[in-house]
Amino acid sequence: MKILIKGGRVIEPASNLDEVCDILTQDSAIAKVSRGINTEADYTIDAADRIVMPGLIDMHVHLREPGREDKETVASGTRAALKGGITCVLAMPNTHPAIDNVEHIRLLKDLIKNSAYTHVFIAGAITRGRLGEELVDIAAAKKEGVVAITDDGLSVDSDALMLEALKTSQQSGMLVICHSEDKKLSKNGVVNLGFTSTRMGLRGISKESEYKRVKRDIELAEKADARVHIAHVSCKESLELIVAAKKKGIKVTCETAPHYFSLSEEDVLGFDTNMKMNPPLRSKQDMTAIIEALANGTIDAIASDHAPHTENEKDIEFERAEFGVVGLETMLAASITELVEKGVLTWLDLVAKITVNPARILGLSKGTLKEGADADLIVVSPQEEWLVEKAGLVSKSKNCAFLGRSLKGIVEYAICSGRIAYPFKNNSRKKNR
Amino acid sequence: MTWTRKDLLGLEELSREEIELILSTAESFKEVSTREIKKVPALRGKTVVNLFYEPSTRTRVSFEVAAKRLSADVIHIATETSSVRKGETLIDTGRNIEALKADIIVVRHNCSGAAAMLARHVNLSVVNAGDGWHEHPTQALLDIFTLKEKFGQIEGLQVSIVGDIAHSRVARSNIWGLTKLGAKVLVCAPEILIPPGIEEMGASVTHDIDEALHHADCVNVLRMQFERDTEAAFPQQLEYFKQFGITQERIRKAKRNIMVMHPGPINRGIEISSEVADGANSVILEQVTNGIAVRMSVLYLVASANERVKKNEDTD
Repeated sequence: MKILIKGGRVIEPASNLDEVCDILTQDSAIAKVSRGINTEADYTIDAADRIVMPGLIDMHVHLREPGREDKETVASGTRAALKGGITCVLAMPNTHPAIDNVEHIRLLKDLIKNSAYTHVFIAGAITRGRLGEELVDIAAAKKEGVVAITDDGLSVDSDALMLEALKTSQQSGMLVICHSEDKKLSKNGVVNLGFTSTRMGLRGISKESEYKRVKRDIELAEKADARVHIAHVSCKESLELIVAAKKKGIKVTCETAPHYFSLSEEDVLGFDTNMKMNPPLRSKQDMTAIIEALANGTIDAIASDHAPHTENEKDIEFERAEFGVVGLETMLAASITELVEKGVLTWLDLVAKITVNPARILGLSKGTLKEGADADLIVVSPQEEWLVEKAGLVSKSKNCAFLGRSLKGIVEYAICSGRIAYPFKNNSRKKNR
Repeated sequence: MTWTRKDLLGLEELSREEIELILSTAESFKEVSTREIKKVPALRGKTVVNLFYEPSTRTRVSFEVAAKRLSADVIHIATETSSVRKGETLIDTGRNIEALKADIIVVRHNCSGAAAMLARHVNLSVVNAGDGWHEHPTQALLDIFTLKEKFGQIEGLQVSIVGDIAHSRVARSNIWGLTKLGAKVLVCAPEILIPPGIEEMGASVTHDIDEALHHADCVNVLRMQFERDTEAAFPQQLEYFKQFGITQERIRKAKRNIMVMHPGPINRGIEISSEVADGANSVILEQVTNGIAVRMSVLYLVASANERVKKNEDTD
């Protein structure tokens, strides 16, 4: 099968390419990227005034399967991903059961094989049951194809155990992703500690609970000479620590999520539980610091931290509602709206943070349009505005922080492994991936 | 001005004019309670539902009396004996009350923001009778009403609020209301009971009770809640009383006509001495009386605003 994409503005950060040209895919690979390709193809897409980029890689996604199929499944989550231009996700291991041994990894691999619409890579747990007590068999996980480990949602409290996890991961070439939060400090908090928590009469989550743990995770990574990736950075102090660590040559990378550069604690004042996530929306100054860190390269990647929850778990009293928001379908548009349109990032810079950078961090040969690369790419109408509404969301859950907002950028096509996966057709899912 | 809100959820979102309207309406309702027949027909045919998720006597009875003096029918739902115990959500309970064609829900809930959430999901009026640590608007309104009655105006008054500010909805509502009307608010408590960023709400902070009383026209004393069952509670209580308790000796050093308020129920000998609570400066019982007028005013205003909304919808 050949697909020819004609006349689009091709953004390909891995080769620093930003120009109008054609792309030809043959079967599951990129066959040619150049001007004036006139080969016969099975399908031709006119991409004039469109942007063509590698399929996005979202390195922080909760697909909820196995265990909470009422919130999301591998199928529903990866369909939502495609609508958002994402052709590759990293599935977080905080499922039921947690992805903490070979049997559970294989269970998830089967689910992916049978029902995923995109590429799905697996993040395994660091500790058994994510209880922070006993390490998983990291080498065995690596052998099963797990690309990173994390107890996401929780941090490994024991310094000794975390150090051991980092050392073992270093030997196995495994990446450790840190949910950096000291629960002894964040306790039962639900919103950013300060004027906001005071004004709302809610328990606060201090920034300290995040950055003190970021500091520890970086120190342990240095000690173990291991690579470490800090997930969902939300505040200025964490960024300062990461900049310093990078300067020192410590192998640290980090990501933030669209809500941390688009929204601030002021958006939570109406007690809207779709503004409740962990870490919480921080101050305007933190938001500015996140934006600056995106611009100066301190933040390597943008990931959605897609965290679906049912209405029953969200549409209740604020302090009782679950933490987290869905984000697969809004990640690209929120990034275009807040970063490209406002001149914070060039197209090349933005696309790098959602394609080649996460690919490099995870050690995947993806996120590029070089000839011979996997034929995962998307065609985006960058100026088109759309209103984020519950009814339009493909995800099983509708707990989106951007509901009611107008965002720029619509994904017109998502090509995954050389097939047009989006717009959806009946039975478009490729079997036996 | 005309009142346009279907709900009263807090004082943070109200303008000075709206607060003044509630107060002036309350003034005209206060006289009703002095009549031989203590009733006006303002809410005749309306149904007010008291939905209380937290134990409360004072606020609940005050709302009930206020509604009855306006000729409304009043139903009380105590959640410990209702289907809430069977797991019904606040929103479902609210919708059921709406289906009963009630007009106003007065809600008390232990979660901050609960009243606002309920108001978003029902078309009838919602009056916040206290939500978590967030707001207790009618308490602050009756405090302000009592102040205004005595001092004539709020502008320029010095009001000190003493006690557990961090966990107090009364303190928050008072700070919003008083500062909007031009009073100066000083909060006084041990450091651990002062929440971060309180200054941004417009209040000043002190940890020195004598400073808090020195220039104050009014001291509003909050109820202290210590864990009762632990042995440590006693010395803690005594220590608190020693450092922050409102005693006659401290009142003597303050302005001669300093007004002493307390939202009740009082812990005698813990945050306030009996001598002060029952003394000449205390307006604690006047607050209770004024609470009825203020709540009549609030019930009347939200009901008439909702009535107008419905009429407008009909003519559209």
